[in-house]
Formats: sequence, C-alpha cells, structure tokens
Amino acid sequence: MTHTAPAPLLELKHICKTFNDTMSWRGRSSKGVQAVDDATLSLYPNETLGLVGETGSGKSTLGRIALRLIEPSSGCVRFEGQDITHLSARLMREKRQRMQMVFQDPYGSLDPRMSVDKLVSEPLIVHNIPAVQRQEKMHAALRQVGLDPSLAHRYPHEFSGGQRQRIGIARAMVLDPTLLVLDEPVSALDVSIQAQVLNLLHEIQARTRVSYLFIAHDLSVVRHISHRVAVMYLGRIVEIGTRDAIYTRPKHPYTVSLLSAVPIPDPDTERTRKRIPLIGEIGSANNTPSGCRFHPRCPRAREIAQQPHIAKQKVGVVDIPVLCATQDPALLGSDQEHACACHFPHDTL
Amino acid sequence: MSESSKVLLDIRHLSVAVRDAQSNTPLVRDVSLHVRSGETLAIVGESGSGKTLTFLAALGIAPNNIKVTGGEVLFENDDLTKLNPSELRTRRGTAISMVFQDPLSALNPVFSIGTQIVEVLRAHLPMTRAQARTRAIELLERVHIPDPHRRVDDYPHQFSGGMRQRALIAMAIALEPKVLIADEPTTALDVTVQAQVLELLSQLREETGMALVLITHDLGLVARHADRVAVFYAGRVVEQAAVKDLFHKPRHPYTVSLFRTIPRLDSPVHTALTPIVGQPPNLAQLPEGCPFAPRCYLVKADCSSTQVKLIDTTDSEHLSACHHWPEVHPGS
Repeated sequence: MTHTAPAPLLELKHICKTFNDTMSWRGRSSKGVQAVDDATLSLYPNETLGLVGETGSGKSTLGRIALRLIEPSSGCVRFEGQDITHLSARLMREKRQRMQMVFQDPYGSLDPRMSVDKLVSEPLIVHNIPAVQRQEKMHAALRQVGLDPSLAHRYPHEFSGGQRQRIGIARAMVLDPTLLVLDEPVSALDVSIQAQVLNLLHEIQARTRVSYLFIAHDLSVVRHISHRVAVMYLGRIVEIGTRDAIYTRPKHPYTVSLLSAVPIPDPDTERTRKRIPLIGEIGSANNTPSGCRFHPRCPRAREIAQQPHIAKQKVGVVDIPVLCATQDPALLGSDQEHACACHFPHDTL
Repeated sequence: MSESSKVLLDIRHLSVAVRDAQSNTPLVRDVSLHVRSGETLAIVGESGSGKTLTFLAALGIAPNNIKVTGGEVLFENDDLTKLNPSELRTRRGTAISMVFQDPLSALNPVFSIGTQIVEVLRAHLPMTRAQARTRAIELLERVHIPDPHRRVDDYPHQFSGGMRQRALIAMAIALEPKVLIADEPTTALDVTVQAQVLELLSQLREETGMALVLITHDLGLVARHADRVAVFYAGRVVEQAAVKDLFHKPRHPYTVSLFRTIPRLDSPVHTALTPIVGQPPNLAQLPEGCPFAPRCYLVKADCSSTQVKLIDTTDSEHLSACHHWPEVHPGS
C-alpha cells in the first residue's frame, strides 16, 4: 500500500510465545508448546495485512498478542510508536479504545442475554464515554455496518449469521479504533453473506482509514482484501510481501504449495493446474524440527538435494540439503516489498 | 462419464418435511437426482438449502421429527423409503455409506480407531475379531495413514484433523459401498489437507467404481472433482448439469449469483464481489412463485406468481428451474 512508509501503526518485534512452559523447583522443565517463535511484522495506517497459515501455525496467537490479550513470552509490541509490551492495565485500557478485535464465531462471541443496543454500547461504558453521546455513537456504528438502529432492542438470536457478524463489527468500530484485528471474520458465513461482509469491511476502511490485521486460512479471501500478506508456518513468518509479490511471485516453497492447493472455480483451468503436494501435515509446535522448520514437508529441499554439488544428509529415508536440515533460515528482504525465509528461495520447482 | 454406466442411486420427486404439533414445514420439495457408478455428483447450496437433509432422509437417518412426505429413493430395485428399519440397516454401509463433516464428533472418543472400524466390520460381516483387525489395518493403509499397525490402537484425540477424516473414510469404505456420500468432508480441514483428502476420495472412486456424492459449498472443489452438479436453493434443485455446462453456461440466476459472490485466486485483483441481496427465504413461508425471485437480478412480473418447475433446457440433461433461463447469461 504505502511505499514511502509513514510510521507504522503496529509493530511486533521478535515475538515469542510458549504455552505451559513450567519450571519445577528442582530445575526440571517440561517443554511447552512454542506457538509463536520470533515473529516480526509491521502494520501501517489504512493498510490491511493478511495473516495466513494452517491450523497450528500460530496466526491467532500472534493476533491476540498484538492486542496484548495474550502476553508474549519475549519480544516487543509497539502501538502508535509506543512500546506497550509492559504497559499497566490502566494505561492499556486507554490504548484499547483504538485497538479492537472481531472474532470468528458470530454465535459464540455475542452474549445471548444482551440486546444489540447493550452489546454495541458496552465498549462505550467501559471506556467512560459520557452517557449523552452513547446513543448517538451506538446508532452511528449500527448504520455504519448496514443495520437499522430501530432493530437495536432485539437480541442476537433474532439475527442471521451475517447480521451477527455485522453486530460484532459495530461493537468493535463504535470506539473509532485505528486498528482492528479480525480473526477469521468470514469463515463461519455462507458464501453469499461472506461477500457482503467483505464489501462492508472495504467500505469501512475507505471511510475511517482503520488498519486491519486480517487473520484467515482462505487464501482467496485474503487476496481479495489485503494490501500485504504474511505467511506463517509453525510460529514463524516464512514469507511476507505485497499481495502481488505473494500471489504472483511466491518464493517460499510453503507458499507455493499452499497456493497450488487452493481450488479455482473453473473446470478447465482447475483440471490442468499443477499441484505441488506437501508431504504430510503441519508438525507439532512442541517439537519444532531442527534447521528450517519446514524441511520435513518441503518438496523443494528434496529436489535440491538431487543436485550433485549440494551437500546433503539423510533425514529418515530422504536426502535433504545440509543447510536445510541444520540452519534456521532468516527472513531476508524488505517486509514492505517481499521477504522470505528460505535457503533456496529463487529456485522453482 | 459414459451414459451407459448404471444408475445406482435414483432419488425421484423426494419431499421431506419437519413435523411438530402445530406445523408441517416442507424442507425438501420434489427433488430428483441420480448418480451412476464411477461418477461424482456434486451438491452445492447454502446452509439450510436441504442438500444434506435430502441424503439423510434418503438413508433413513434424519432426526425423528423429519419425515419423507413423498417420492421414492431407488437403489437396486428397492425403494429405500419403503424398507423397514432392519432392512434399511443392512443397506447402509454395504450399499450406501456416508462421511460426515466434523470428524471429531463423528468418532467416539473413548474407543480406539481400530475398535471403531472393527465394530463396523463385525456388525455386517461374519468375521472374527482378529480378521476384522487385520482388515482394519489394511483399510487404514488404504487411506494413507502412516504406520497403520501402530496407529490402529490410537484414540481419535491422537489423530490430526486430516487423519481423523481419513479414518472416517476408512470406516465408510470398509464394507465396499457402491455409493459414498461425503457431506462437506473437508470443511474443517486446512487447504493442503483438503486437497489430500479429496485426491484420496477420487482415487478410491476410480479404483472401486463406486459413485461419489460430494456435498459442498466450495465451487473450486466442484470444478476439480465433479462430473455433474446439482444446485440447491430453498429445498429444491434449481439447476442440474454437467460440470462444464454449469460453470460455462449457467442457466439459473442463483448459480450466476453464486459465482459472482466468491473471491477467486485467478480473478483480476480489484474485482468487486457482488453479494446476493437479502437473506435465504424462510422455508415455512415460501413466496408463491419462484423462491429466488426476491433476491434475483433478473426478476420479472410473472416470477413471483407462477410456480417454477425444473425443466430440461437442452437434450443434454441441463436442467433449470427458471422461467427465463434463455436470458441468464454467465457472469463476465
């Protein structure tokens, strides 16, 4: 989006998060689940950054860390230029007016015993917005998401899934945030409703210049809405760049395989497309592979190991380049343009 | 798919309704579908359009308050709707089998995967426990579970999502059914695993010649895997055609609207999505004429008054339930 970069709105620097990492008094430790492992990204004003990856890649954890709903084990979260990693709860609350979240499940995320006006006004009460302004702000938020304020006395069960997701968005937008973290906001919706919500998110961004951190596993949806895209694998960002860079010139073999697995709704193209199958399934985050974390599934590593001048070693029954099996690749390049964490990024299969 | 292949499952004019004390709401109306051996029939439509219920009712496994109110379900000269429960039970599994959407709730958490497959085998076949276990290991190997000798004793929670879905497929094909109905088999799975599971289903279909019914909302999967497609809307089939005809020459405005509503990986980047206006209709209060009329971009005066019927628009089995099908143009 923005190439002459203004100051980033949100910066996540070297974020790590390990769950259940306990140390007993004798010094014996049980190794926890490393959900996020040294992830770094920036989000700019009025920008949408898509965060994609398989289940277990740590994308939701990273999204929640951005809002400090989960505390990182190490690393630094900066919002509006200020380090908020260790901000007190009281100061954090003030920040949260401008950083909000929309959840996946429009059924589970709204209290069934609260009417829509209560649900949408609740953030205003929490943030001590004077009572005289609340009604007006609540109505404006409902109108913004295309809901008739005259329906505000109704309860969530009286609305369809798409309308509930609009209520969730109204609740997040009522405080005029500058950052919205959306965790799979459309994946529970039917396709016809999904398009309505995606168009609504476009309109809201055009009007309010809010930034979206858009977490999703559907690569077609992410392409549609994002300016830049980050691809996560086992807690690490393995590729990040502009939408065009990621979708037309992917460098990381994981991104290439992911894209080749997305079916295209056209029988002629779809049946002639080359698919690059990944080997097996995403590994476990409590046992991250040595070297490049993707090497156990990487089709490219196996291909490269066939070349005569490459130093290789046996991993199980296959040959893998020594580099892939032993050294963790760094994310190289500009995250504004295109960066990739792979020892052999330019080779194509 | 050759026209000469045998029609295995033939659903004719099936209607299904939910009954309670006060009301009798039709959920599926006059649905006719058939599937031939070796063929993949895709069923697409939104939630609540009746696509799953049609098959649950056809197999007699719909909830108790849901009744078949008309039509017949023919399988090898038997009308499944007329069979008594025990006769129907012997057909399920051996003749027609079903794979469900959510593999975690379809498996029993307190029994090992192997035990659950053995149970299916021994319920239908005269097998000893040891024979059934050997067969269970073969089945797990067939669906590409790594190290099946060891994994057969694992419990569902020890399997990943993709492996659970494979285990369910292993159970569904255990009795070598002639028709396999897969209800959103990959909705809960990641895209890479989804591709693997669907390749597996296609491979099994090719090897065994079984018919595959793929219930899905993902038009990309339909494009890749289906031979024919039926589109459901408000409890009816509104269009039915060979996959290429449906994608290239859709003849119902709802199908066209569905295509326009999905973001595609191969479309130009700034293509705006065109959502379908409004909500799907309430099945208890369906409008008089075409149920899609209130949301249709092509709506004309007669649409809201005249009953629609599924008619053959060509001689090549391209059916449409739109009065104005010659005016339906594919989205550009």
